[in-house]
Amino acid sequence: MQNISSNKTKENVMQAVFFLSASVSVIALVAICLFLLLRGIPAIAEIGFFKFIFNEKWAPVNTPASYGILSMIVGSVYVTAGAIIIGVPIGLMCAIFLAQFCPANIYNVLKSAVNLLAGIPSIIYGFFGMEIVVPFVREYFGGNGFSIMSASIILGIMILPTIISISESSIRAVPESYAEGSFGLGATKEETVFKVVVPAAKSGVLTSIILGIGRAVGETMAVVMVAGNSVMPLDKIELLKPIRTMTTNIVTEMSYASGLHESSLIATGVVLFVFVLILNTALSLIKSKSIRN
Amino acid sequence: MEAFKTEGNLKKRKIISIVLKTAVWFCGILTVGILVYILLFILVRGIPNINMEFLFGEYNSETLSALSSIVATIEMIAISLVIAVPIGVFCAIYLTEYAKRGSRAVKIIRLAVDTLAGIPSIVYGLFGMILFVNILGFRASILSGVCTISIMILPVIISTSEEAIKSVPDMYREGSLGLGATRLRTVFKIVLPAAMPGILSGVILAIGRIVGETAALIFTSGTNVMKNPTLNLHSSQRTLAIHMYMLASEGLPHSKDMAFATGAILIVIVFLVNFAAEKLANRIGRQ
Amino acid sequence: MNKDKIKIENVDLYYGEFQALKNVNMRIKENEITAFIGPSGCGKSTLLKSLNRMNDLIEGVKITGKILLDDVDIYKDMDPSILRKRVGMVFQKPNPFPMSIYENVAYGPKTHGVKSKSRLDEIVEQSLRSAAMWDEVKDRLKKSALGLSGGQQQRLCIARAFSVNPEVILLDEPTSALDPISTMKIEDLLAEIRKNYTIIIVTHNMQQATRISDKTGFFLQGEVVEFDETDKLFSMPKNKKTEDYITGRFG
Repeated sequence: MQNISSNKTKENVMQAVFFLSASVSVIALVAICLFLLLRGIPAIAEIGFFKFIFNEKWAPVNTPASYGILSMIVGSVYVTAGAIIIGVPIGLMCAIFLAQFCPANIYNVLKSAVNLLAGIPSIIYGFFGMEIVVPFVREYFGGNGFSIMSASIILGIMILPTIISISESSIRAVPESYAEGSFGLGATKEETVFKVVVPAAKSGVLTSIILGIGRAVGETMAVVMVAGNSVMPLDKIELLKPIRTMTTNIVTEMSYASGLHESSLIATGVVLFVFVLILNTALSLIKSKSIRN
Repeated sequence: MEAFKTEGNLKKRKIISIVLKTAVWFCGILTVGILVYILLFILVRGIPNINMEFLFGEYNSETLSALSSIVATIEMIAISLVIAVPIGVFCAIYLTEYAKRGSRAVKIIRLAVDTLAGIPSIVYGLFGMILFVNILGFRASILSGVCTISIMILPVIISTSEEAIKSVPDMYREGSLGLGATRLRTVFKIVLPAAMPGILSGVILAIGRIVGETAALIFTSGTNVMKNPTLNLHSSQRTLAIHMYMLASEGLPHSKDMAFATGAILIVIVFLVNFAAEKLANRIGRQ
Repeated sequence: MNKDKIKIENVDLYYGEFQALKNVNMRIKENEITAFIGPSGCGKSTLLKSLNRMNDLIEGVKITGKILLDDVDIYKDMDPSILRKRVGMVFQKPNPFPMSIYENVAYGPKTHGVKSKSRLDEIVEQSLRSAAMWDEVKDRLKKSALGLSGGQQQRLCIARAFSVNPEVILLDEPTSALDPISTMKIEDLLAEIRKNYTIIIVTHNMQQATRISDKTGFFLQGEVVEFDETDKLFSMPKNKKTEDYITGRFG
């Protein structure tokens, strides 16, 4: 009998422990929002919302200082768009290959390769970009190589595994009967895959693209090593010229920033965070829509 | 209904089909090609530069030894896992075994986990800097790095553990509960052991993330390097990935060679991590 | 007397080691409805799928003998794409594509190179009319086909098969997943269209075979036990096994 009551206590205690552990994620998320906002919002207030977001002049050490991050927001959008332009077609085609065309005996090797691509640290991508992609762009396209283009190429490669693995599994989940219907009408394998199977997997493909955008927009170290990091006035932003993104703004200046300068970098992080939250919302919208169908 | 011609059209369709098939094959091969290129590029130039001095020597501008970074990386992995694995697994247990399905608490926790998973590491870095380095006064140290990274790896541990626990068949639980075992005993004696390979694969993925992390650590555990490594949690020591970053951006004549060497070590670790994760995944697949 | 549309000569079919069809010989007449009956796994669906080479999609299938469509060997002298355009198929479970009703029907002609919008509109309307569902769906052509009921989905699949103007239509237990009213609608439809098409239907339901078909083939363990006029086969079967099956003694 004693045993039973001690079991009961144990059960209750552990249930509380489980619940507390589960709340850690919520507490952590709230803390992240709270501390970023506590440091970021006053800085934005002091600089002025419009002078911060819609101002392309970033000169934190000038007197008077100017803290406009528009150029970096645009920079983040550009390199992310570049990554999507490069990574999505290749990644999607590779996913189609893995799901529909790949011979069974090499499938495992390819799958491991994609996993390995996902596991390579961003610092290695950045170093590879600096040593190979930047000289390549300099040689064949011009400029000094540190550019939107180089950053887009590296980010395009970095989002490949995300695009590939999520698109592949959603293509695999398309019922075989759709393909049969198409074959039955005389379509070829390729026509069937591209016109029926892949369109049927579009919510999964879209999910993979949004996750890819999230990875590209938040990537820091790989970009900082290939983008050149100069703050460009909006009208001087070009494919082959250097660029600074929100993430690289933080990492290049944080080590020597202080006061409002430091807070403005944290505020840059807040803006980045808002971007990511928007992407997350888009994701859950897609999820709830595909569940409804 | 009048028939439409197909024969002339068929040739064009066949050509388009072949073009598409070629494109698909090309992208598959291209992806592998990129991977192989990156790996070879780092390994070929890195491995010859790995020597005893670099691995085990004292750090100076001559050796640029990675020893302090190796120690810091191992320390970071060990302590972060000790913190994050129990919390993550317990959270997964709560979500799968204790919480009411679809309850408000579950929804909020899931939303938090999903959101945490999407936050870029630089934002974690900023948060760690504000809270651990500044407010709590841990300064730039392994401790600050560990605290930051533990939060960062929580989502991956939670989601893989949750998947693993969910895939344990209900009859196992019923069998145990039917013998009069308590829910708690069932969880620890039946469910967790059955879910262990899945949980482990999550842990391995987390190790991979810690090893490769730079942006979240650069302002928390810092870029400092020790002449002789220390296990002191309050000291700032850079991990291998940051070591590579610093070497890549330093101007010393042989620092780039040593960046390659560090990169080679990182790649070998990533190799091992992926290999282990796949072995586990295969084992789960066979079960 | 109608001419022979399809001739099946000495066909053997293997899935790896397993022989699924044994020396099948059959002549299918134009503008008739032919039914294949028999217990599960008897080879009736396998033979059906051989007629438009859907078996090609399964790995390890080997087929010997000849199948001739209008005296042309479909395995040697015909591209599968052309064959499947001429020999349409309706599957056991309704399988409309996850697209709009319009796109479902337009998919076939588009695949075969019809580009003009007005021509497509015409084909879609005619196909849906032939499947007796134009009036039901004409106001919601742009809506997803997955929103239709099971019976409507199956009739849409029949319309989709019509859309490429086939000569033969194969139906693989098309009503087994449907309710009696939808089944009746589809049977009426088949009776309506027989004058323009050659129809082969696999069915589990013997009443269905007697209701709609001109000829019936009874299959057992990969062999055609008996193939005759439907009336004869059901009223005075020549073979003891056929008799046992249709009187419900096994299967």
